[in-house]
Amino acid sequence: MSNTDIIIHDEKDNVGVVVIEKITPNQDCNCWIMENDKSAKIQSKSEIPLGHKIAMLDLKEGDTILKYGHDIGKVVKNIKKGEHVHVHNVKTKKW
Amino acid sequence: MEIPKSFLGYKRENGRAGTRNHVIILPVDDISNACAEAVANNIKGTIALPHSYGRLQFGADLELHFRTMIGTGKNPNVAAVIVIGIEPKWTRRIVDAIAKTGKPVEGFSIEGVGDIDTIAKVSKKAQEFSMWASEKQREECPISDLWISVKCGESDTTSGLASNPTVGNLMDKLEPLGVHLCFGETSELTGAENVCAKRGKTLETKEKFLKTWNAYNDFILKEATDDLSESQPTAGNIAGGLTTIEEKAFGNFQKIGSRQFIDVLEPAEEPNKGKGLYFMDTSSAAAECVTLQAAGGFNIHLFPTGQGNIIGNPIEPVIKLTANPLTAKTMSEHIDVDVSKILSRQMNLDQAGDELIKATIRVANGRLTCAEALGHKEFVMTKLYRSA
Repeated sequence: MSNTDIIIHDEKDNVGVVVIEKITPNQDCNCWIMENDKSAKIQSKSEIPLGHKIAMLDLKEGDTILKYGHDIGKVVKNIKKGEHVHVHNVKTKKW
Repeated sequence: MEIPKSFLGYKRENGRAGTRNHVIILPVDDISNACAEAVANNIKGTIALPHSYGRLQFGADLELHFRTMIGTGKNPNVAAVIVIGIEPKWTRRIVDAIAKTGKPVEGFSIEGVGDIDTIAKVSKKAQEFSMWASEKQREECPISDLWISVKCGESDTTSGLASNPTVGNLMDKLEPLGVHLCFGETSELTGAENVCAKRGKTLETKEKFLKTWNAYNDFILKEATDDLSESQPTAGNIAGGLTTIEEKAFGNFQKIGSRQFIDVLEPAEEPNKGKGLYFMDTSSAAAECVTLQAAGGFNIHLFPTGQGNIIGNPIEPVIKLTANPLTAKTMSEHIDVDVSKILSRQMNLDQAGDELIKATIRVANGRLTCAEALGHKEFVMTKLYRSA
């Protein structure tokens, strides 16, 4: 088994979580999808630290972020596949 | 792994079992703290539980104060109790309710006596209780005597990925053995509230949960001056990669595994529908939540953390686990169970759940938790509104 750099909870999710100390721009990363035990690959565009999220596809302003297969907030600034997803480009829908 | 069927606990007069054998000096109110602490200094084997409230409270807030005081005294981890208040009436009410368990309890009031003579009188009684309790022996108790509460803190994405699901795995394995379980954190289920409500065992439970969550959410929206940024998620959560309250909530929710909950408890309310999982309406602030769960009668606590919360409780041992490899390294003195190997896939959830069960039994048998060894005993009363 190759090392896992990113874990994705659910097949429907459009973000994954970095589980190594950090990934650097243009790094080829191995992803593991927990729900179905499948693997995927992605090339990063940003430096992303442990525990932070990476976009698995291009996301537009207004799109919904899916994690655990559920809605966890809305995109407020366009995000490219492989970029860091966090408070600078995603906001809660709750308050 | 074969799950142990028993642990070594202290059998109490009312049929419950404790994982600890504390003699507590419980002040009814803030101004009785000095007396309680002086007694605990005088008499070895006792601990004082100072706190900030207990004067001029009224209505539901006063009821919660009494429930927390009484529940703390009734907890099976407590062998005997001394209650000290400024006035006799409220002191008596707490003493009488604790006495129903059959454990030794005595009340004292300071008014008309003064601190110095009260300390002398109370110290004599505390010495008697402490020496009596010191002869109590641990005996074999069925695992169903464990009442396990859970709450996470300083969460990050590793909590939702691994440490919270480890707790969920433990719940899935222990609930069928007749253990009582409790989760809380009403505000931190925001975003996952409808998914959580579906886990209510009956329609009535589902509705009770949503009513409780809505009441809390209305309160937050009314009091919030901005979007709660820096409180939900906290700065620590955000540093750990959590972006929104919804993301935090779905991570939080992993702690109950695939269980259903049988009832919704008021803060500090003791469950009375038998074994199984309960939801308690609590704040998500760690010390407040654990204090309420301990007052509800829970005798051992599991606390998954991401960025490294350090909380403990004076009467309920708090076991910490983390899946964050940096936290496990930089804050190792606070971490009882390291499940960070889940992230590198060198450990699966089933194995992690087994490790946590083993650690839980060891602590139930008497092994000190990191928080106990480090002297963490945060006892924090929940206050609903201003005093009169």
